[in-house]
Amino acid sequence: MTEPPGPPGTPRGAAAPSAPGAEGKVAPTVVPVRHPWRWVASAVVLVVVAMMVNTLFFSHVERGGVREGRFQWGVVGKYLFYHPILRGIGVTLELTVIAMVAGIVIGVLLAVMRLSPNRLLSGAAWLYIWFFRGTPVLVQLFFWYVGITYLYPHLSFGIPFGPGFVTVNANVLVTTFVAGSLGLSLNEGAYMAEIVRAGIISVDEGQTEAAQSLGMSKRQTLRLIVLPQAMRIIIPPTGNETISMLKTTSLVYVIALVELFTATQNVSNANYETVPLLLVASIWYLFFTSILTVGQYYVERHYARGSTRALPPTPLQKLRQGLFQLRPGRPGLPMDVPLAAPHE
Amino acid sequence: MVEARGVCKSFGRLEVLKGIDLTVNRGEVLCLIGPSGSGKSTFLRCINHLENVDSGELSVDGELVGYRLSGDKLYELRDKEVCGKRAEIGMVFQRFNLFPHMSVLDNVMSGPVRVRRESSAVARERAHRLLERVGLADKETNYPNQLSGGQQQRVAIARALAMEPKLMLFDEPTSALDPELVGDVLDVMRGLADDGMTMIVVTHEMGFAREVGDTVVFMDGGVVVESGDPKTVLTDPQHQRTRSFLSKVL
Repeated sequence: MTEPPGPPGTPRGAAAPSAPGAEGKVAPTVVPVRHPWRWVASAVVLVVVAMMVNTLFFSHVERGGVREGRFQWGVVGKYLFYHPILRGIGVTLELTVIAMVAGIVIGVLLAVMRLSPNRLLSGAAWLYIWFFRGTPVLVQLFFWYVGITYLYPHLSFGIPFGPGFVTVNANVLVTTFVAGSLGLSLNEGAYMAEIVRAGIISVDEGQTEAAQSLGMSKRQTLRLIVLPQAMRIIIPPTGNETISMLKTTSLVYVIALVELFTATQNVSNANYETVPLLLVASIWYLFFTSILTVGQYYVERHYARGSTRALPPTPLQKLRQGLFQLRPGRPGLPMDVPLAAPHE
Repeated sequence: MVEARGVCKSFGRLEVLKGIDLTVNRGEVLCLIGPSGSGKSTFLRCINHLENVDSGELSVDGELVGYRLSGDKLYELRDKEVCGKRAEIGMVFQRFNLFPHMSVLDNVMSGPVRVRRESSAVARERAHRLLERVGLADKETNYPNQLSGGQQQRVAIARALAMEPKLMLFDEPTSALDPELVGDVLDVMRGLADDGMTMIVVTHEMGFAREVGDTVVFMDGGVVVESGDPKTVLTDPQHQRTRSFLSKVL
């Protein structure tokens, strides 16, 4: 167990008041190991942090004969809630949700196909993943926007190799939004497929046998027994994918779809406040990735049921525990007490 | 209750079952013994069609399991149809295989609610009763990994019984348990046998086979070498192979 740097010389909780031993001797007190280099490292970190705070908020610079704050937070504040940028945020969130939901659906489908004993099905899934993982998203986005209208100026829906019922102009159907969501979703599907597959094969085969011996069908077994357990493996990388997707949506800049990043660029192209608007974009991306991080923590905690004897504390509980520990003589809340006596 | 005729099964080139003939009557407790790799577990898994058979007939309660006989061919049934048959056969595994993401109560209720579409009130009532019977009424809200192996195996038995099966299959139910926990599980099984449950038990517990079993079947190399009354087979085996096996385990 690592110990956070505390005031030196104060034993932390562990040392119980020593009681006289059997022969009247006093049992020796435990003195924890000292960590001097930890103190040095902490000092270095503190200096760096101080430098960063200084340069971010208190330093000035001369630009074109005018002395102004280095990071121009005033300009940042002015555009942070600027209407076009808020609209851009809406599009970014829409794209993220669409791409992740579609990606997960495609991923589950492909994962089940890849695990199918039918070679054609598993081969098709393999081919899909090979293609979409093997080419850059940027190229795929361009492809869906420019390539589709070039290759198929008229899209026709109907019987394969037979007559088409509806024919539409690709330029009308494939808007930047459609191309953007399509490109991101199909690409995400390939990655999610591998994540879901890893989750499914991590579940012990005995679980499937037990479910089948109760009379559950293959579909029930997958839905009620295998997938819930696979979730524990699937959730953490899916959280990463969602956070990653939120930022990847900025790539649709190249097909002129106006989401958060494109919106900030449009503004800075007009007023030349390039850096402050990059900061505006960064602040919003950080805000939403932070929310996702907290959300991911609670989802992981939910699916940890049954895999750990005691659920890990929530950030709130950790905070409370930390506060209690600051007071001398209080060992903190008993968080690690198991939910019930584990063994008979 | 169970009727096997010439059941054969291979995994690739390896012939695991080489024509098993076996009959289990209603209410009978049959203990399958034999060295590892003799095909006992495979045969047990064929009975509820967790493994498919290559040839031969296997029927439970007068109906083929997993197949339909038409002319001289056995047609494998679809998943849905096999499920109905499996639901009538309870199975207990060596490694318990409880569902770790469900509480003990949900484990026991899962079969009736999901497969039989029973109301959860009815299923809960039965689950209470069964958990009481296996001595774990106070563990209902626990998760499987909070229980010892012996407790988990008793929950697994309750889960199988919740489907009110006609037949119970036990695949080395005590092999993964600490020695001092074996007794509790065997007690539950003994109680079941006393209540007249038809049981097939793959086991290394010779004491249990002798005491509870109505019949002992010794398998080796994918064939039934010897079968009969436990006292005769275990104390006065007729075959050399049975004798050498028993001399090692007893």
